[in-house]
Amino acid sequence: MTEVSAITTNIQRWQSAAALLAMVLTWQIAASIAADRLFPGPVQVVSVLLHEAVRGELLYHLGISLARVAASLGAAILIGAVLGYAAGRSRRADVWMRPWIVLLLNMPALITVILIYIWLGLADTALVLAVALNKIPNVVVTIREGAGRLDKDFAEMAELYRFGRAAMLRYVVLPQLAPFFLVSLRNGLALTWKIVLLAELLGRSNGVGFQLQVYFQNFDVTHILAYAISFGVVMLAIEYGLLVPLERHLLTWRR
Amino acid sequence: MATLMLRIRIEEKTFPGDDGQRRTIFCPLSLDIADGQVCVLTGPSGVGKSTLLSIVSGVDDEFSGSVSGRALPVGMLFQTPRLLPWLTALRNIELAVPGHAPDAARWLAAVGLKGHEQDYPQRLSGGMARRVALARALAVEPALLLLDEPFASLDQATAQAMRRLLQDSFAKRRPTTLLVTHDLASASSLGDRVIVLEGSPARIVRDVEISRRDEAGSARFRLGNSTQ
Ligand SMILES: Nc1ncnc2c1ncn2[C@@H]1O[C@H](COP(=O)(O)OP(=O)(O)O)[C@@H](O)[C@H]1O
Ligand SMILES: [Mg+2]
Repeated sequence: MTEVSAITTNIQRWQSAAALLAMVLTWQIAASIAADRLFPGPVQVVSVLLHEAVRGELLYHLGISLARVAASLGAAILIGAVLGYAAGRSRRADVWMRPWIVLLLNMPALITVILIYIWLGLADTALVLAVALNKIPNVVVTIREGAGRLDKDFAEMAELYRFGRAAMLRYVVLPQLAPFFLVSLRNGLALTWKIVLLAELLGRSNGVGFQLQVYFQNFDVTHILAYAISFGVVMLAIEYGLLVPLERHLLTWRR
Repeated sequence: MATLMLRIRIEEKTFPGDDGQRRTIFCPLSLDIADGQVCVLTGPSGVGKSTLLSIVSGVDDEFSGSVSGRALPVGMLFQTPRLLPWLTALRNIELAVPGHAPDAARWLAAVGLKGHEQDYPQRLSGGMARRVALARALAVEPALLLLDEPFASLDQATAQAMRRLLQDSFAKRRPTTLLVTHDLASASSLGDRVIVLEGSPARIVRDVEISRRDEAGSARFRLGNSTQ
C-alpha cells in the first residue's frame, strides 16, 4: 500500500467512526426531546441489552434463532445449489423447474410460513422448511447463472487429463461457482433471519421473534430495540468475522 | 514397421457460423500417423489446425467420422494454456499426475520454472504460463502428444530450450506427436513429417516425410502418400 492510499484509508476509517457516533448522538438527542417511555435513548437500550445478556434470556433466544437461521440457510443453499446446477447445465431441467421457481420467488414469505405451519404443525422442522422454501428459488437463480457460465475450456482440459468426478467438482466446478455461493450466502443471511423472526412470531414459543411478540404486547420498546440491536451486532459479526475472511480465502488467487 | 497407427477419418466437421448457417471446417479429411511419428501440422490461421487437434485428443466429439488407434495417455498443450487460475503452477501439474507429485516439480524445473512452484497463473507471463502447460502435457508421460503452437510468445532463447526439451522427450519416449506451428525451422528440426492444411473446408495440400537417416544435416525430402 502506498503512503497516500494508507492516509486515505485512515481518513475514511475515522469518518466511518464519526458517522456512527453522529447517528447515536442524533438518536440520544431525539430521545431526550421526546422524553417518552415509547422512545428510549441509546444509553437506556444498551443498559437493558447488557442486563438481558448477563441474565441469560437474550443469549438463549438469540442462540435459538441463529440455529434456525443456520439450518434454514444451510438447507436452502444445499438444495438450491443442486437444483440450480441442474438448471444451469440442462435446458430441460431449467424448463421443468421454471414455473416452480417463478411461483416461489413471488410468494410472500407470510403465506409460505402460514401454509407450512398448517400442513406440518407448529414445529421447528416446519419453520426450517418454510424459511428454506423462501430462500431456495433465489439460490437456484444465482447458481443457475454460475453453472450456465462454466468454462468449457477448463472442462475439456479436465476431461483430457482424466480428473475424475471428485477432482472435477472440487478443482474445476466449485471454484468457478464460489462467487455465486458467496452471493447466495450473503443475500441469504439478510433474507433468512428476517423470515425466521416472522415465523417465530407466528408459531414458536422461543427465539427472538417470539420475544419480540411478547414485548410488542407490553409496548416495551426498550426491549424491542435491545433485541434488534443484538441481532444487528451478531449479523455484523458474521459478515466481518466469517463472510469477509471466507471471501478473502476463496479469492486469494485473484491478487 | 509400425504396429499401431493413429487413424483419423473425419467425414464432416462443422461449426455454427455467425449468420446462422453452419461453417464446414473439414469435408472430408483423413490422415494416418504411424506410432511414434512426429507430425508437424501447419497452415494459415483459421484453417482448422486447433480443431483437428481437439478431435484427435477426443475432447471434441461433435463431428461425423472416427478416430481410432489413439494411444493413451494423451498430453495436450492447448493453444491457450488452460491453467486453473485458483491453483498454483505446481498444483496445476500435480492434478494431471495424481500420486506422482515429485514428477510435477521435476517437470516444472525442466521447463525452466524452478522457484515458481507457488505462483498463481495470473502472476505468470504468457510465455511462462505456456511452459507450465507444456510441463503438464509432458508430465503425464504421454503416448499421444498434441502441441498447439508451443513456441508462440516465447523469446528466442526459451523457444530454443523448449525445442531441445521436446527433442529429448521424442527421443526418450517416442510419443506419437502432432505439433502445430508456423515456424518451419522448428518443423524441420523436430518433425518426421510435415503436413500443410489449406482451404475451406480444409484439405491436406502437402504431406512430406523428412528422412532423418541423413546425419549430414541436408535432410532429404520425399513425398509421402498424400491422402487427398
Ligand atoms: N467453438 C467454435 N465455434 C464456432 N467456430 C469455431 C469454433 N472453434 C473454431 N471455430 C472456427 O473454426 C475455424 C478453424 O478454427 P481453428 O481450428 O482454431 O483454426 P487454426 O487453429 O488453424 O487457426 C475458424 O474459422 C474458427 O473461427
Ligand atoms: Mg489454432
